[in-house]
Amino acid sequence: MRRYAAPVIFLLPATCLIVAFFLAPVVTTLYLSLTDISVITFQNPQWVGMGNYATLLRDQFIGRIVLNTARYVVLTLLFNVGMGLVLALLSSSVHQRWGDQLRAVWLLPRILPPVVYVLIWQGLAREAPYGLIGTITGSSTSWITAAPWAVIVLANGLVGASFGMLIFTSAIRAIPADLFYASAVDGATTLQTVRRVVLPLLRWPIMFVTAYQTLSLLTSFEYILLLTDGGPGFYTTTVWSLHAYKLALSQYFGNVEFGLGAAMAAVLVVIGIVVSVAYLRIFNFRALVAEPKIEVN
Amino acid sequence: MKGIRVRLKGLAKHFGRVVALRTLDLDVRAGEMVAFLGPSGCGKTTTLLMIAGIYQPTAGEIYFGERRVEHLHPRDRDVGMVFQSYALYPHLTIFDNIAFPLTLKKIAPAEVARRVRQIADLLGIAHTLDRRPGQVSGGQQQRAALARALVKEPQVLLLDEPLSNLDAQIRVQARGEIRRLQQEIGVTSILVTHDQSEALAMADRVAVFSTGELQQFAPPDELYRRPANTFVARFVGYPPMNLLEGRYEPGAFVLDDLRIPVPPGHPAGRGWLGFRPEDATLDGDVPGRVTVAEALGRENLVTLRIGPAEVKVLVPQGRRPAPGTPARLGYRREHVHFFDASGRRVGA
Repeated sequence: MRRYAAPVIFLLPATCLIVAFFLAPVVTTLYLSLTDISVITFQNPQWVGMGNYATLLRDQFIGRIVLNTARYVVLTLLFNVGMGLVLALLSSSVHQRWGDQLRAVWLLPRILPPVVYVLIWQGLAREAPYGLIGTITGSSTSWITAAPWAVIVLANGLVGASFGMLIFTSAIRAIPADLFYASAVDGATTLQTVRRVVLPLLRWPIMFVTAYQTLSLLTSFEYILLLTDGGPGFYTTTVWSLHAYKLALSQYFGNVEFGLGAAMAAVLVVIGIVVSVAYLRIFNFRALVAEPKIEVN
Repeated sequence: MKGIRVRLKGLAKHFGRVVALRTLDLDVRAGEMVAFLGPSGCGKTTTLLMIAGIYQPTAGEIYFGERRVEHLHPRDRDVGMVFQSYALYPHLTIFDNIAFPLTLKKIAPAEVARRVRQIADLLGIAHTLDRRPGQVSGGQQQRAALARALVKEPQVLLLDEPLSNLDAQIRVQARGEIRRLQQEIGVTSILVTHDQSEALAMADRVAVFSTGELQQFAPPDELYRRPANTFVARFVGYPPMNLLEGRYEPGAFVLDDLRIPVPPGHPAGRGWLGFRPEDATLDGDVPGRVTVAEALGRENLVTLRIGPAEVKVLVPQGRRPAPGTPARLGYRREHVHFFDASGRRVGA
């Protein structure tokens, strides 16, 4: 018994936190998703089994929402990772002082509250008397309704790219200068050096940023909510997490269906796990992780 | 493949206000192996990186044969380089590392494989080709780096401290191998090192650098027999040359109240007197006292205090005087070195 005392004591605080803030909500969500709990049935929810999931499958808009989610995640992810890479490569190939300034500018939107940031976008992209671009060009089209996806991806990406930028920059800095010299002497152009030396050495940070941002994009909807509120029109830009939020917490009809929303959230959890496992397979995670230097016995 | 002549004319490099290399003129013959020797920060690696094309010179010209190259990108210079860290690409196998320069030239895969195997056989690393750099020994990494530098048959081979990360035993062996290979291939080579024994053993001629300036450029034996100044005298040879600072009078070198007789040809006024420990004896006529006697194996190294100075004397194995015993310093007059007050060599 005694030999387990120390590990148990050390693990206990973290275990408590994980149970309270990670495990309990997941279990609660799963439980709620199997009931018909809503504002009306709040006092006395009934067990409905897979009923909520069946309702989801029957929903005529569910296909559209799935496609929207895929489009949102894939496009924003491509922009975030690609732009993050471009920024990291650019800012580390110029003089360090300019590189630092460039990165600092790209970090600015990240320190703005999302609501303020979206208000700035609206101030830019809306039609004539409200938007800057519209006013200058005298155009009466709002970019938010004319090209909602472009605005959503850009608004997300301009914030999101800075995450990859920071991770990739520090990874590029960690590559010894000799490797760049060697590849120049070996006859590589700058682009060939990037493609054949830098990118392969960035495999682990690229995987990390891709996986991390996929998961956060799957569950993030605040910019869409504030920019288009899922519109314009019917479900044009509604993604899975936004739909779940509306079903569970903000229905126009006042019929707030916690159970149905929980079912959608549960599906998202499963998708997240599947995607994570897929990434680990694709990037051959095991080969990337170094053997531990400390021996534990 | 045949080596090419490399000429540096008025080459200089400043980093901001720091002068890394003052002004360098150097002529390396085709097929020759030249060593850049000096302590760290002397400008030798800076010069090498300018020849490679990694640093842009602040001033001056670099010629490969008749071609002026200092404005060219490294890939257009046709140089091979071995780095101190080896700089092997960690994500590629040894095969792909060696093949890297060839694949950039769009050479057919079969030809790439043939040439990689040929050079790997020559260097004895054929059995490591499918491993990654992290999975082979330091000596094998060093050979792989050398193979990568040689596989494209460059006109100039640059070696930046290629042996300093090896164990002492492998180092001596690798030193001989690189030299043999270089002579076999005939590629013009420049070796940067801070290790004088490496420079003297491997190079046809050695360029000694200090504080961004070339001190002397000569074959190893001449560096040893006729050092151009007190820096070279002190830096080349082990144990280092004895250098005494004092005043020359006709026929003698005066050190405080000691008079050391010197042969003709010496300078006048203040200056330096130099003689190597192996050219010194304990059977002369300058009075002194033994402070330390160290056994070096074949010989003993005796430290002697004479007047205000200490000198080192190599004596045969049988003789190991106890500290404190008086001794009389002498030296072989035909091997004496005179330097003037600024440290420059005087006479033959």
